[in-house]
Amino acid sequence: MSGLAMPKPDDATMRRRDEIVADMRIIVPGEGVVDAENSMRAFESDGLTAYRQLPLVVVLPETVAQVSRVLKYCNDRNIRVVPRGSGTSLSGGALPLEDAVLLVMSRFNRILEIDFPNRAVVAQPGVTNLGITTAVEQEGFYYAPDPSSQIACSIGGNVAENSGGVHCLKYGLTANNVLGIEMVLMNGEVVRLGGRHLDSEGYDLLGVMTGSEGLLGVVTEVTVRILKTPETARALLIGFPTSEQGGQCVADIIGAGIIPGGMEMMDRPAIHAAEDFVHAGYPLDVEALLIVELDGPGVEVDHLIGLVEAIAYKNGSTTCRISQSEQERLSFWAGRKAAFPAVGRISPDYYCMDGTIPRKELPRVLAGMRELSEKYGLGVANVFHAGDGNLHPLILYDANVPGELDKAESFGADILRLCVKVGGVLTGEHGVGVEKRDLMPEMFNQVDLDQQMRVKCAFDPNHLLNPGKVFPQLRRCAELGRMHVHRGQVAFPDIPRF
Amino acid sequence: MTTFTPSTPSQTLSTVQWAVAEEAPLEILGHGSKRGIGRPQQSEHTLDLSKLTGVTLYEPAELVLSARAGTPLAEIEALLAESGQQLAFEPMDYGPLLGGTPGKGTIGGVLAANLSGPRRLKAGAARDHILGISAVAGRGEAFKSGGRVVKNVTGYDLSKLMANSWGTLAVLTDVTFKVLPAAETEITLAIRGLLDDAATAAMALALGSSAEVSSAAHLPERVAARVATGQLGSDAATLLRVEGFGPSVAYRVAALKQLLGKAGPLQEIAGESSKAIWRDVRDCVPFADGTEKPVWRVSMAPSQAHQMVLTLRMQAGVSAFYDWQGGLIWLRMEAGDPEANLLRGLIRKHGGGHATLVRAAPAHRAAVPVFEPQPPHLAALSARLKAEFDPKHILNPGRMAPGSGSATLNPTTEGAAS
Repeated sequence: MSGLAMPKPDDATMRRRDEIVADMRIIVPGEGVVDAENSMRAFESDGLTAYRQLPLVVVLPETVAQVSRVLKYCNDRNIRVVPRGSGTSLSGGALPLEDAVLLVMSRFNRILEIDFPNRAVVAQPGVTNLGITTAVEQEGFYYAPDPSSQIACSIGGNVAENSGGVHCLKYGLTANNVLGIEMVLMNGEVVRLGGRHLDSEGYDLLGVMTGSEGLLGVVTEVTVRILKTPETARALLIGFPTSEQGGQCVADIIGAGIIPGGMEMMDRPAIHAAEDFVHAGYPLDVEALLIVELDGPGVEVDHLIGLVEAIAYKNGSTTCRISQSEQERLSFWAGRKAAFPAVGRISPDYYCMDGTIPRKELPRVLAGMRELSEKYGLGVANVFHAGDGNLHPLILYDANVPGELDKAESFGADILRLCVKVGGVLTGEHGVGVEKRDLMPEMFNQVDLDQQMRVKCAFDPNHLLNPGKVFPQLRRCAELGRMHVHRGQVAFPDIPRF
Repeated sequence: MTTFTPSTPSQTLSTVQWAVAEEAPLEILGHGSKRGIGRPQQSEHTLDLSKLTGVTLYEPAELVLSARAGTPLAEIEALLAESGQQLAFEPMDYGPLLGGTPGKGTIGGVLAANLSGPRRLKAGAARDHILGISAVAGRGEAFKSGGRVVKNVTGYDLSKLMANSWGTLAVLTDVTFKVLPAAETEITLAIRGLLDDAATAAMALALGSSAEVSSAAHLPERVAARVATGQLGSDAATLLRVEGFGPSVAYRVAALKQLLGKAGPLQEIAGESSKAIWRDVRDCVPFADGTEKPVWRVSMAPSQAHQMVLTLRMQAGVSAFYDWQGGLIWLRMEAGDPEANLLRGLIRKHGGGHATLVRAAPAHRAAVPVFEPQPPHLAALSARLKAEFDPKHILNPGRMAPGSGSATLNPTTEGAAS
């Protein structure tokens, strides 16, 4: 691992490994416990493959009672636990720890109930994101959040990461589409939040659980909202001589009151890589390419296409194609959807970043990235969820060249610092995990981070669930609980009092 | 008895630090427009945020607005309207129902109460639109969470945690919301004369269609006459709102008429009349009668709600109407007793949900849990969370539940742990 400090393995736990494995076999009988090294290899990393670590043991429970017993067992004995869904995290959220049980939820793979009148689906957490849509599409429904890993990623993992996707500008993130969950706390207690009704009776624990990266509880059931599939979708493929013009076009579309179903931008290196790969017919003489997709009733889509086309011309677009068939619409997307593998063809390795910025800062951030690219001597291609300002710079490097991974990571960190500097954030949808953990102080001061860790203390006071993720430095809950009381001060005299 | 009226975040911090040192509980107040919700408080001192005002950032093209927590909601809505934008979650105004002045309320209160309106079905509540906050925890420390961009998963979402916390975790000083374009056109289709069960079926059919219905409410007979100065007449009205660009709205309304033509007589309502109806549904105007008769706000699965109400009617005198496809029930208890145990028991029997006693005389609010009691594990978790933010119980103590000066939720014992 390139300099990533993880919590020091607990010697007592390591010494008791055989006993722990045997106890896990009692709690989860059958094939549910994996301890052979060669079998555990499949679990040693997630989607962030630069980091690898074998776990203490892999446990694949099948029932909520088993999850509860595993967690209680580990809590009582001070054993760490790392939860894992499908293992598609791009930030190392499911990276195992040497002394931790890896709790894999993939056997929770059933859809429990489809409720069309209330437009809800109740699923076990290991069901894939796409699996939910597949289960309801014959009735003309779908589940809106669509992370690019949707064929593989699990709905439980989506809750842990608050996953987004191309359509979240119009339809929201996971947090806006989940109605309820059942989860197990580290002490084994089973708690239900929400359900098929809306809003919480008390504190919005569902809101704080969503995107908590597996540090607060293990999700054992998810209830999501499904939506009626839009009647039609059409797309525009618009090229601009400068990224500024592309950015202004995005701002003007939104300024006109239009929220497209998807709005994606690519820069010149990404356009060329994608075109070389899939021959989507992308223009090669532009600096920025915008895909704008409009969905809804045909009459609405046609109306909005006209408005967007006019806005594009006003902003100096040099090319503007409008899809005339479903096949053509998909061809516009083909290059964008293949952007990551396309970049993979022009570089031995690439490192995908995930900052979000205020949209208007795009030209400044792109210029900054060009400077950094020269400084580090590494190329960068950009794909960009333009509607919501979420950047995915792909840093090109070669892991076989000594030092290049470190250089790529430093380059990436500098990009994220730039995002924060212009008013943005470290991660839009991939999560902090281990990848951006040590950058958290760029965005938050110690008081901010301490208050977040205190939330962790309410759920898991011994820091046993997924430690080493999200927070750069773990502080004991007892220490976090101490108060610094400003005793003896009078309320400041300049505050009006009555 | 002191009222502190800070006009800056740092003065707010000083006030809370003083209260921590003195262990002096504070009642946290904006305009006080929702002061009648929750258990009556006996805090010695008041932290009044109505002078902590001002929009600090509004960028229409970025769909973002930041303001000090005490900024009047009305001022923000007027500013957004100048750019053809809005808070899409349509925060309700409790003024009419609680006998206060309409048009009051602060943007901080919108988040603290997690307000929403009829568009909740499609657009969500305050929790779904909050992007970032700055706040002072009951520990006397100023912290921030989130940011000013829509897509952000950096750290825990403490902004959402403020939603529906009613000032019991932290004092908000700044909030940043996502804003959205207001619809160009709206038309409401009313189906007349339906009973509750038929109305529920019609609303489910409409929401399950491609017509992108943004709001669906059912006003039973007589209740219908109490919105928009009686223009609907007294026949039951099942209301479906369609919003968007003109050509699209016309097309979708036509599609709905086709779909629901057999359900009952249809009526199209456009423009200001439509807006007035939804504003009154949003603000629970049918029960804004100037009395203290108990009013409940109940959230359930839409398909179950009317059955629960039917059962309730056999045992208590109630008036009811429905929003959110039937899933939000406004109930007025006609005999004056809140009947909390009866109601909450029936909700549990009909698939679960929660009931909040949003209007009642202080004596009732002191005796009856205003917020839905939680099962023991969940109540304990909420209590631990409260303690992490406000260990000395100085912020709105007792507002959400009774007991030892804490504002945590009290556990229920009867049947809720299932």
